[in-house]
Parts: sequence; C-alpha cells; structure tokens
Amino acid sequence: MTLELSDLVRQVVGWASGPEQIEAFAAHSRDAEVEVYQGGIETLSTAESDGVGIRVVLPGDDGARQGFAYTGDLSQEALRATLIEARDNASFATPDPFVGLAEPDGVAPATLDLYRDSVATFPTADKIAMALELERLVRAGDSRIKSLRTASYGDGLLEVALASTAGIEASYRRTGCSVFAIAIASDGDETQTGFGYSVGRAADELDVETAAAMAVLRSTRMLGATKPASRRTTVVFDPYVTATLLAILGGTLNGESVLKGRSLFADRVGEQVAVPGFNLIDDPLDTEAYGATPFDAEGLATRRIPLIAGGVLGGFVHNSTSARRAGGSTRSTGSAVRAGFKSTPGVGCRALTVVPGSLSPEAVLAAVGDGVLVQSISGVHSGVNPVSGDFSVGAEGLAITGGSLGAPLREFTVASSIQRMLLEITAIGNDVSWLPGGSAGLTLAISGMSLSGA
Amino acid sequence: MPVATDALPALIETDVLERVLGACLRTGGDFAEVFAEDRVNNSVLFDDGRVEELSSGRERGAGVRVISGDTTGFAHTADISERGLLAAAEAAAAAASKGDGGVRTIALKHRSVIAPHLVLKPGSGVAKADKVALAKRADEVARGRSGSIKQVTVGYGDSRRRILVANSDGVLAGDEQVRTRFVVQTVATGDTGMQTGFHSAGKTIGWEMFDEEEYDIEVIAQRAADRALTKLKARPAPSGKLTIVLNRGAGGTMFHEACGHGLEADLVMKETSVFRGRVGQRVAAPGVTIVDDGSYPREWGTSAIDDEGHPTQRNVLIEDGVLTDYMWDFRHARKEGHGQSGNGRRQSYECLPIVRMTNTYLLAGTDDPANILSSTESGVYCAKLGGGQVDTATGDFVFGMVEAYLIENGEITEPLRDANLIGNGPEVLMAIDAIGNDFATGIGTCGKDGQGVPVSDGNPTLRVQGITVGGTAT
Repeated sequence: MTLELSDLVRQVVGWASGPEQIEAFAAHSRDAEVEVYQGGIETLSTAESDGVGIRVVLPGDDGARQGFAYTGDLSQEALRATLIEARDNASFATPDPFVGLAEPDGVAPATLDLYRDSVATFPTADKIAMALELERLVRAGDSRIKSLRTASYGDGLLEVALASTAGIEASYRRTGCSVFAIAIASDGDETQTGFGYSVGRAADELDVETAAAMAVLRSTRMLGATKPASRRTTVVFDPYVTATLLAILGGTLNGESVLKGRSLFADRVGEQVAVPGFNLIDDPLDTEAYGATPFDAEGLATRRIPLIAGGVLGGFVHNSTSARRAGGSTRSTGSAVRAGFKSTPGVGCRALTVVPGSLSPEAVLAAVGDGVLVQSISGVHSGVNPVSGDFSVGAEGLAITGGSLGAPLREFTVASSIQRMLLEITAIGNDVSWLPGGSAGLTLAISGMSLSGA
Repeated sequence: MPVATDALPALIETDVLERVLGACLRTGGDFAEVFAEDRVNNSVLFDDGRVEELSSGRERGAGVRVISGDTTGFAHTADISERGLLAAAEAAAAAASKGDGGVRTIALKHRSVIAPHLVLKPGSGVAKADKVALAKRADEVARGRSGSIKQVTVGYGDSRRRILVANSDGVLAGDEQVRTRFVVQTVATGDTGMQTGFHSAGKTIGWEMFDEEEYDIEVIAQRAADRALTKLKARPAPSGKLTIVLNRGAGGTMFHEACGHGLEADLVMKETSVFRGRVGQRVAAPGVTIVDDGSYPREWGTSAIDDEGHPTQRNVLIEDGVLTDYMWDFRHARKEGHGQSGNGRRQSYECLPIVRMTNTYLLAGTDDPANILSSTESGVYCAKLGGGQVDTATGDFVFGMVEAYLIENGEITEPLRDANLIGNGPEVLMAIDAIGNDFATGIGTCGKDGQGVPVSDGNPTLRVQGITVGGTAT
C-alpha cells in the first residue's frame, strides 16, 4: 500500500463539493491458505486485496438521496471516477428524510486487542507443518478414517478505515487464524464425513489436537446411521448448530427488517417471547468473539446490546438510518454492518451469545432423557423463513436414550416455528464457545419439535 | 445462434503474458496460468416503496496459478501491469517449487471461441432512469395484486465480465459475459401472520431479456406476489414419507443437489461421492437423462469458455438411467488422463478454479403432465422449490418448498406452508416413476468452497415416490 487507508478515505471525503455529504470506507486484506492432502501440499494461496466504497448523500427539501459506487483500483483516477458514479447514482434515488450518514454520538470506542503482529511474519513452512500435523492426527485418530476431504491452515489480516463529512473518523485492524479438517470415515460401503476446527487471532492460539479429535468424533460416530421414525420429540442442538440458530434469530431482531415489515418480532417489544431463563446479548466488545470490533460499519463505537432479557424482548439493533426511521428515542446501537467495500451499511448483529445455563452438556442429555441430539443441520437458507417463522431443516445426529447418547441417525428433518421454539427451550448448557461466525454456541434443548423420517 | 469470435479483451498484452508465464515456471513448475478479469456491476434496489439505492462497481485483476506435481500455488493481484503480474507469478511459483526450472519460452496461440449467442443490449449501456422505471413498475404490479401485500423489494442487476486466460500449454482465450437479473420479493400479511413470496429471472444476455414474454416484469412481479398471497391460506406441510410431483422448472435444484455435486470430479476423486466408481452402472430409473451444458444459448450458467479457457460443451452425465461421466476441470482431468469438460469455474480472479456445474438439466420424457398428476392418489405438488444442500459422501440432500400444495385424489388442493424435503440422491434417482414431455428452467447461485457462481437448473414435470417432507402436521 502506498497510501495509508485513513489518509486515503480522508482525501476522498475532502473532494466533497457543495452541500453533498460523502462517506468513504476502505478495506485492505491479506490472506494465506494452505491445504494439504495425503501428506503433501495441495494448494498454497496468498491473496492481497484493497477496495474503497463511496457513499454520497445529496440533501434536499423532501429528504436526502443516497448513491453508492465501489472500486478495487485505488488509483486517483479510479477513486475520482467512483465518486462521480456514486454522485450520479444518488440523483436517481427517491428523497427520504431518514437517509443519511451517521453523526458522531459521543460514545467512546473501546480499545480492543484484536491484532497479533505474529500473523504477518508467521513462516509459510510453519503453516504447512500445522496443516500436515492436523491431517496426520485425524488419520491416526481412528482406524476407520480412510482419508480427509481437506485439512487446511488459514490466516488473514484486515485493516479498515472510514471517514465522512459528518466528522466521523475510524479505523481498526484485526487478525484471524484457523485450522479446519473434514474427515472421511468408512465402514464397508458406507462413508460419513465430519468437520473439526480451531480458531484464534494467531497461530499460537490454535488447538490442532482438539480440531482433529472433533473431526474424528463427528465422522466416526455417524457410521451405521439409520433413518428414524417420524415423531414429536425433544431436540438437543449441539453448540455449532445453536450458533446457526442464534444467527437466524439475530436476523429477525434487525431494526431495518422490523421497520420494513419483515420481522416476526415487530410490535412485540416488552412481550415474553422466550422462556424466562433465556437471555440473548449482542456483544461485539467481547474480544473472544470472531465478530468483535471497536467500530461499526458507519464508524460509530460498537456496544453491548441486551436483546432478550428474562425471555422478554428488549429491542432491536439499528444503524443510523434505521434508528432515524424508527423515530422517538431510538438511536443507532452501533450495529451497521457491511459485507465488504462493495456494499452500503446494513443492519446486523456481530457477536450474539446466550447467557449460559448451569448444566453441563451431559447434564442436559440426562435432563432430556429421550430425544435426539442434532450435530449438524442443512438447508437453513431454504427451510427457515425469518418472516413467517416457519422452521424446517435437514438434520443428522444421535438418539438420546435414557439420558445418554445412543445410535446415529440421518436423513431426517426437524421442524417447528421460531416463535414456538423460543418458548419450548427446556435446558441451556454451560458450555458457551465462540465459533467462526457472528455468534457463540452452547448446548440447547427444545421440546415439541416435529421429527420427519421414515 | 452460435457465433465465432476473435475478439480478445484488451487486458494484458500477449508478450507480457508470455513473459509472466515463463517467470512462473522458473522454479520448476509443470504448468502455469494467468487468469485476468475485468468486471463491471450495476444494480438498482427498490424497497419499501422507494428507490433506495443505485450501486455501481468495477473490479479488475489477475490470478496466477502454478502447478508442480500435485501442488498448486496461487496468488492474485489487482495490479495487472507487468510488474504486478511478475510479483504474483513469483508468489505462486514459490508455493509450487521444485528447484530450478530453467528458462522456458511460452508461445501463446490465440484460440478463437464460439459465442453461444449474441448479446443485443448490455445493461451497462442502458440509461439508469430506464432501470429505475422497470423496478418501480414491478413494485406497483406486485402491490396491485392485493391490499394484503405489505412489502415489496425489487432488485435489478446487470454485469459485464471480460476474462482472458493464458497458460503454458499455449492456450490464449477470452470471453465477454453479459448477465441480467431481476428479482422480486414480497411480504403478505393476513390472519395467520406473515408470508413471503419470491420470483427471479436471469439470463446471460442484456436488456433484451425483458422483451420475452416469460421475463416480462409484470409476470415476474405477479408470481412473487401471488406466492405470498397463496401461502396466507396455507396449512402446515405434512410430516413423513410421501409421493412428490414436481412442476416443470420447479425442481432442478433437486437434481443439482441429488446428483450434480456428486458427479463433480474433485469430490469423486477425494472419495466423497456416492457416485464414485459407478460409471457404466445404472444409477437412475430408465428414462432419466441428465446433462450439464455450459454452451446452452442465453442461460444463466452459460459462457463461451470456462474460467480455464476451455470451450464449454454439452456433457451427458446420466443417459437413460446409466452413469456416463463426471464433470471435469483441468487439474483433475490431467491427473486422470481424461478430457476437460468445460466445468472449471471460479467466482472471480481472486479464486482458484474448481469443478462446477453450469446449466444442469433433467431432460423431458414422454408422459403427459396432466396424467402424471391425475394418476397420483395423494402426495405433495411442488410448484416451486427454493435452494438446497447436499452431503455428497452420503448423498443425503435437502431442498425447500416455497410454493407447494397437497395432492388429493389426483387433484391439487390446499396450499402448504414452507418446509424442507429430505432425500437420498441415489435413492431418489431410482424412485422417479414418471417423466413429463414438458420442460422449463430456473436460476440460482451455486455455492461451493466459499465460491458462488451463476447456474441454472431445468426439469420436466416429474413424479418421485417416497421423499420425506419435513413439515409439522401429523
């Protein structure tokens, strides 16, 4: 990079003319990935990418109009052309009194330790060695592991800077590292796969042995799986699956969806939407969370947001536009998110977690007695409707009999509705763990689910 | 109409490519490739009754790949000057190094390609005001269907993607891919809560897409609105094993998941496909023929060449129920001594090419669609499916029903709420017992290893015995 990102965004903002408002968001990332296969390197990729997204807001009597354009080319000519394109795009928007940039709100950003210098200098040979060690451990973990679909090490550095004519200036950087494996277990003609992983901010925070053991367990314990009979039963979701459920729930608590009539929780603030023991928080200040960040995608400080407390819906997450649209005392919760430099700020949760219960995972199984443990789900994007609340997903897992794990089960679905599931939570585990994604996981038991199988 | 074209995107000079490829092999690699891409995207978002946003973007860059034995080195850069490309070449070559490779001279030979069809009016040349007007009209039409339609989102998008591929085997090929997409999403509110509707259209052509009757904006908007309205009266989907009748064009996703992914050579060779070692064997009921055809004119998954510079082609995967071949990219074809099939695709220059589907079709049979329905005593009629997902190792797959009805005594009766279906690929292919003489296609974005590429699916009216419906009604 020839120019520091924060200088670059400040420069673009300086090109504002007349009454127009400008926000520039720049991201620089550097990623490396090693994949190994059967003791050799299969692929080794290095990637470096930069980009700038420019938002232009044209004020007017009936409201403001917003336009957006982005470029992967940071040359002066490309940046100027992108600004002109964003301006032109703004001229076609419908004036909207709520559209605009975030205004500084006085909330001080937290100092979060998300960056490890060691990632930039970690030798490629060591990355390869970690991936090979992961593959070796998975193969050695069980005689039924015949091979792996993949064993990999990956790391990345992300640097972000944002500036606007409203006086916002923000920047941060963070690192992330992971190892990931998919084991293939075979017995006769049957094949089952299972993944394992470990994540951290730097390589020394990774636990290769745990990742390997996870892949071995999740693949081998599915061997011999059969299709269960259809029935209504209690389902225990393992932490990885619970994290996916929380991400869906987070989507329904998005202030923009609520205001646009696309959330099943609209008009339900203050109501008992879940069992009294259920507490949901979005906490991007928790440095353990993969999604932790000091600033949101509009440059406001992030904050800890209680969403459901004692089962009662407390409120929604907002960016500055959705907060203005909501009116009254609603303010941005520092929840503007972007997919990258190619998109405008939307609204979303970053680090959802459930306040853990008192039961160990084993105690949850014992409390449930008879039911099904679900270790993975599929078809979430096709079978869960966050507007109607209809919930139906493909699943695999293990029978729970007499309070402990039994035979493996596959090719079945579990169904209910998001509304009912929150009110039928029967046990919350104490095993909270952060996962790669926007939410944490723990063991969660939900009764009254329809299992469809044979 | 296929058209031969000699035009090569002017992204990188041929002599620069030759020097960069030579540099790639200096550390002993067996094969080197430069993939350059220049992409322009434009979109209009009409939401909540307003033109919410117009967005435009441009990205340009190159990915450099070096293969040495079974090892692939890859690096990409947004700097496509000779200096930038040489730096990427050095990074990719370092990863796939066997020592000193000496000096190799690469002589590129421009391969003219056959464009599957002509593009008349690329979206990048259409006035923004016209795009906005189109989105606004769709909003009006959808809302006009009923006062119960409370929310409408309309998305218009166009892209122009120019690619250039050069490799150490001397291949030099280029392509320009123009795509147009239109999506309408609706929310309807009634006594039973809220329901959603969705309809989309996409073609690898320009603005002329909207001149076709099937892609008329009003038709797309009406379908999206009616899907949500119908479901307001829907009852919960049943739970358990049932007979399914799939509408033409509704169920391509099912075969994309049920067998498409399992026929990708990379998954087959890593022993994670239930179809491994089954070429020449019966894997589907008689009459079932599945093709993947990246050269099919105008379809969403169509291109002249794949992202490794190989011409796309019609590949027969299953013929009359017998497995004939898998889909291949360069790397796996070379390893197995098999020909490439034009299925090496990538999301962008930032990604390595992998084996992907293009347009995957289960071809029409001979049965009268009306008879298929009337001869079905009871079951579920799927008018439209949503997305799906498969575990290729077991063949178990799911897909969502977004418009479905009960079949009672050979007739379509009550609408059903959304639910997933779950089945096993090999079992479902054998359980097809009726194939209609009609056919239609649908579009989607297929995700694999974190990369999304445009694909289309197609099928005639079909009946499948015994798929598990994941509803809540008993």
